[in-house]
Amino acid sequence: MRHTLSIIVADEPGELSRIVGLFSARGFNIETLSVGESLDPRWSRVTIVTRGDDRTIHQIVKQCERLARVREVQDVTTRPHIEREMALITVSASAGADRQEVLSLVSVFRAKVVDISHTQLIVEASGNKEKVDTFIELLRPIGVTDITRTGYIAINRLAAQPDIERIAS
Amino acid sequence: MVAQQQTINEPLRSAAQDLPTGAEMLVEALVHEGVDAIFGYPGGAVLHIYDELWRARDRITHYLVRHEQGAVHMAEGYARATGRVGVVLVTSGPGATNAVTGIANAYMDSTLLVVITGQVPKHLIGTDAFQEVDTVGITRPCVKHNYLVREARDLPAIVREAFHLARSGRPGPVVIDIPKDVSAARSNYSRLDHVSFPFSAESAPVNEDSAQQAFELILGAKRPVLYIGGGITNSGAFDGLLAFAESLRLPVTPTLMGLGGFPSSHPLCLGMLGMHGTYAANMAVAESDLLVALGVRFDDRVTGKLATFAPQASIIHVDIDPANIGKNVAPSLALAGDVKQALDRFLLLVLQQSDEELRASVQAREPWWDQIRNWQRQQPLRFTGSQDQIKPQTVIRELHRLTGGEALVTTDVGQHQMWVAQFYPFTKSRQLITSGGLGTMGFGLPAAIGAQLALPEQLVIAVVGDGGFQMTNQELATAVQYGLPVKILIMNNGYLGMVRQWQEMFYDRTYSEVDISVAPDFVKLAEAYGAAGFRAERPAELRSVLKAALEHKGVAVVDIVVTKEENVFPIVPAGANARDMITQ
Repeated sequence: MRHTLSIIVADEPGELSRIVGLFSARGFNIETLSVGESLDPRWSRVTIVTRGDDRTIHQIVKQCERLARVREVQDVTTRPHIEREMALITVSASAGADRQEVLSLVSVFRAKVVDISHTQLIVEASGNKEKVDTFIELLRPIGVTDITRTGYIAINRLAAQPDIERIAS
Repeated sequence: MVAQQQTINEPLRSAAQDLPTGAEMLVEALVHEGVDAIFGYPGGAVLHIYDELWRARDRITHYLVRHEQGAVHMAEGYARATGRVGVVLVTSGPGATNAVTGIANAYMDSTLLVVITGQVPKHLIGTDAFQEVDTVGITRPCVKHNYLVREARDLPAIVREAFHLARSGRPGPVVIDIPKDVSAARSNYSRLDHVSFPFSAESAPVNEDSAQQAFELILGAKRPVLYIGGGITNSGAFDGLLAFAESLRLPVTPTLMGLGGFPSSHPLCLGMLGMHGTYAANMAVAESDLLVALGVRFDDRVTGKLATFAPQASIIHVDIDPANIGKNVAPSLALAGDVKQALDRFLLLVLQQSDEELRASVQAREPWWDQIRNWQRQQPLRFTGSQDQIKPQTVIRELHRLTGGEALVTTDVGQHQMWVAQFYPFTKSRQLITSGGLGTMGFGLPAAIGAQLALPEQLVIAVVGDGGFQMTNQELATAVQYGLPVKILIMNNGYLGMVRQWQEMFYDRTYSEVDISVAPDFVKLAEAYGAAGFRAERPAELRSVLKAALEHKGVAVVDIVVTKEENVFPIVPAGANARDMITQ
């Protein structure tokens, strides 16, 4: 099963490689990984999407918790949370029907055009993985020439509140 | 960079002149941690530190080794003999890489170690400078934590935290990598008593409800076994374990690392568990209804095939490292925490039982003990004696007799190690120091030197093979230099014996690259180093030669020519289980 782990680690040189090294040394898999500042800038939040049965995930959490500079490891999958991924996609589309098709897909998927030239557009999409995947698949026949994806970031939410985006889609 | 050069070569004439250098701060911080011995080997990147150590030689004694691997194993021997932190100092590049085997060994065997490595100056890091290696990167997978010190002023906090980390929770090695310019730079020194990152090191107290549940399971078990490991020694749980096992008459089986955690000569002790463990211990675990795992990690050399390990048993797992719990085997009940604390809790619960309840519990296990005694009678540890060859097992028995069972024994890895484990009944914690997890040949001699240094009055014996001995025999010079009178027993069979045994048993006797009969004359080698050399070739002379060597005041090497193709039995083939045990 897919799990999203949120790891709070001291913002110090080499700490990310400790986490990544632990995953490879113990044969755990990393599907996506993203790192950035957390609420307190002295601490980074590393979000890792991984796969495994409950025992494997439990073991990953425990192994990460052994690291001296890791403050907290949370399997956010086990509680209410929001997950998002962002993608930048370059689509080859000159003025005309292709470009119109891109623009209408952008509007349906609540994506954004962030760059445009005579021959191509760069579009920005965010959402859960399935949404981004579908968006890219629909753009492919038009002519996708490059893709870059951030991997998931995730944050806890209160259980009582509905996921607005999920309702909207 | 200009400023840096100035700091290194000609410090600015200013008030900064009066501030201590990084090297001074390091030495101060080590003294503050109670360090009295350092094992090391100098080199370019640690010159400032060595300069300072010379000045501080009244407060800290440095022991000059002959190879950095030896330094780390000595520090391990020192740490495991005493429970104190072993400290190592080596230079950058090859100094650090030579130390890696020892660091990995200490990591696997949960040994208290702080290893200080020199590094090239900061401005050269990443330039493939002379003797540069990414020490922090190389050692990352086999340390509890490591540091690259960027500023001299960080040194007191880093040293404080390094010792705290090494000591707390499950012990292990910590590396501090110090660039040469950092050991030269001047800064304010302030003694530190706190650590900035305390959360990672602390282990949670044992959960009382779980302890209660565990105790009730044990009390009601019909066929329980206590499976004990190195955690008993590390937590100082020897007395608690003995009292608890006796109070309920529970069978105990130690792992290799657990030997000495419970007296091997005790009637409740079934002997070692695992690949070369006793038939009774392995059968008892295979037939148990409750396996109480205390300070162990379910190593593959213990469990064999996991799917058929203790198939009928509920498992209670007590370990200080939460990541050990559920790593290889999913327990029915987990107690993350200090094993001494857990045993003390169990003992308290024993006291709360009525005599009748205790008696009933003990009586209910009598059929289990009958069964165990049967296994012990059916398949005791045994070997075939010989009139004209010295049997390695006889050597260990003889050694036990001559030392009254009181020796501190270190070993290398292989057949001799297993014979020591089988035939020298250890009765005290810290009495056997062996390379368990990593299985490092060449461990025995330097570990013995470190142990001897820590315990000057103790008889320390390294039992080694002729293969392992030749991996670190240069440390004879260290032992002689410092007058550390270790005794080295070489079980010389001219083979890499354990590999040969596997080739004999599992590879149709294809003896591929295991013949090491071309070797130095070990007696002459000992003498060349200024140690005494002895040799025993015939059974009739074994006792007198051993006796003479043990009575020798200085370093003694005994070359014992043993049966060439002797095998260690019993053996559970890799990936099999107790029922597949080959007993002879």
